[in-house]
Amino acid sequence: MIRDLHQKLINKEITSVQLTEQYFDVIEKNDAEIGAYLTLTKKLAMQQAQFVDEKIAKGEEIDLIEGIPCAIKDNICVDGVRTTAASKILDNYIAPYDATVIRKLKECGAVILGKTNLDEFAMGSSTENSAYKITKNPVDTSRVAGGSSGGSVASVAAGQAVWSLGTDTGGSIRQPASFCGVVGLKPTYGRVSRSGAIAMASSLDQIGPIAKRVEDVAIILSRISGQDLLDATSAKSSDKKYEDYLTGDISGKVIGVPKEYVESLEGEIKNIFEKSLEKFRTLGAKIETISLPHSEYALPTYYIIMTSEVSSNLAKFDGIKFGMRSDDNVDSDINENALPKKLLETYLDTRKIGFGDEVKRRIMLGTYALSAGYYDAYYLKAQKVRALIRRDFENAFKTVDFIYSPTAPEVAFKIGEKSADPLKMYLSDIFTITANLAGVPAISFPIGAIATDGKELPVGGQLMGKWFDEEGMLNCAHTYEINTKK
Amino acid sequence: MLSKEEILHIATLARIGVSEQDVEKYQHDLSEILDYFKKLDEVDVTGVEPIGHITGMQNTFRSDEHFDFGELGKEEIMKNVPEVKEGFIKVKSVL
Repeated sequence: MIRDLHQKLINKEITSVQLTEQYFDVIEKNDAEIGAYLTLTKKLAMQQAQFVDEKIAKGEEIDLIEGIPCAIKDNICVDGVRTTAASKILDNYIAPYDATVIRKLKECGAVILGKTNLDEFAMGSSTENSAYKITKNPVDTSRVAGGSSGGSVASVAAGQAVWSLGTDTGGSIRQPASFCGVVGLKPTYGRVSRSGAIAMASSLDQIGPIAKRVEDVAIILSRISGQDLLDATSAKSSDKKYEDYLTGDISGKVIGVPKEYVESLEGEIKNIFEKSLEKFRTLGAKIETISLPHSEYALPTYYIIMTSEVSSNLAKFDGIKFGMRSDDNVDSDINENALPKKLLETYLDTRKIGFGDEVKRRIMLGTYALSAGYYDAYYLKAQKVRALIRRDFENAFKTVDFIYSPTAPEVAFKIGEKSADPLKMYLSDIFTITANLAGVPAISFPIGAIATDGKELPVGGQLMGKWFDEEGMLNCAHTYEINTKK
Repeated sequence: MLSKEEILHIATLARIGVSEQDVEKYQHDLSEILDYFKKLDEVDVTGVEPIGHITGMQNTFRSDEHFDFGELGKEEIMKNVPEVKEGFIKVKSVL
C-alpha cells in the first residue's frame, strides 16, 4: 500500500496535500464512532504535505514514506504537540522535543495526522483504560479494539491512517492488530530507540509499526531502527532495508509450534490456526512441535517485572516538575493537615487524582514487590525465571527458524466484558508476553475470521523470530500474506 | 490477605493518596494478584543468573558533555512546570 501511494505521488496522480485531506475527511466522518484519535495535528500535517509536494514539483527524489499520512500513539513525544499517554496527569503536557523515532520519520518526510488513544500509560489490553474515551473495534463497534495501542491499530483498520506507530510491552501492538485484522510488529528489544516514548516497563518496552501489509511494516522498521545515544539500551544499527528481504520464499524453513500454547486452543480459532499451518506446509516450510517448558510461569513473571518497573518509571509524575497538580485550595479526604498543601500532600493528592485505577493498582503492586524484604522473593526471583524463559527460546531456536501460534486465545471481546476483573484481562496477553520477556521480535498478521453476530471477527497469527532476525520473520509473514490475500 | 496497615504503608511508599474505601479495594485486588505471583515458588532457580539486559548488552558510555535538544528550547520545557519562580521550578515546603 505504501509503495502504491508512493508511485501515485511521484506520477503526480495525487498530491500529498490531497492525500492528507482525504485521510482527515475519513477521520471527520468516522472517528466520532471509532474514537481512535486524541489529538489531530492538522497544521503540522499540512505543512509536511506541502513541503513534500514542493519537492515533487521540483523533480526531487522522495523517500518511500515521504508524503504518506500516519498516526502516532499518544505516549510518543512529538515536539510542540500535546502528549498525554491517555492520562489526566499529563492532560496539559506539551512535548518540548521529538522522540527519536519521530525525528527519524520527520527526516523521511512522513506526514503526521495526529496522536492516538491508548490504555492509560499503555496499561491494559482493551483501550478501555484511557482517561479520555474507549476506542472501538472498526470491525464491530460493540467490541474492544484491543490494547494498549488500540487507537493506533483502529486508525489503520478504519482507513484513518496508512500506517501508525504503537508501543508493545506485553503484546500491546500485536493483540490489537489481531483483534482489528491488521499487521503489527514488535521488533527485537533494543532494535528501535525508545527515547521520547513515555516509559512503562523499561526492560520490556519496544516501539513498532502497524499497517495493513507486512511489506509496509518492514518499510517503516527500516526507517525507525538503529542505535541512539539517547537510549543506552538500543542495539547497534544494522542499516538493513527490511523490505528488500521479502523474497516470498520460505521453502526449507522450520516453523516450531509450542505445544504449551496450542493444546488449550478450541473451536474456530483452532481450525483457523490449523488451516494456516497447512498453508505454511504447502509453501515449503516444515512444521515441528516444540516445547517451551516454562510457559506457564510467563504471566506471573511478566506481571512482577512489569509492575515493579512501572512503579519506578511513574515516580516522576509528582505534580512538581511537569503535568497536572492537585488544586492547592481544595482539601482532600486523605490528610487532615491545614491548607495550603505541603509537599507530601501535593504528591499524594496529585497522584490519587491524576492516575486511573489500573495505573494505581500496578504502581501499588510494583511498590510492594520492590519494598524492603520482598525484593528477593518477587523481582529477583522473576528475573531468574525470566532467564529460564529465555533459555527455552534459545533451545527452541537451535532447531527451528520461527515460533508460531495464534496471537491471542480469543477474538475481540465485548466492551465491558472483562473490565471488572484484572486477572481475567491479564490472560489476554498469554501468547504475546513471552516475546517481550525473551526480547525476541514478533509479528501478528491476519490468518482468518470468525463470523459472529453478522460480523467477521479477525483472528491473528503470531510469528516470533530469533533475536535481531526481523528480516527472516517478516519474509515468513509476507510469504503467507501474498499467498492468501487477493 | 494484606492488612490495612500494609496497604497504607505501600500507598505512602508509592505516594498515592487513599481513602478508606480504596484501602479495602486494594486489600482485595492486591492480595488476589499476589497469590497468583506465588506460582513462581514452584520454580527451582538454583544457580540461575537473573536477567540484566535481555540481549546481553553491557554498559554503554557516552562522552561527558552536555548538549541542547528540542527546537523549542528551555522556555517550552518550563511551560510544563506547574509553578515557576524566577526561572526555577518551585518545590513546595517540606515541613
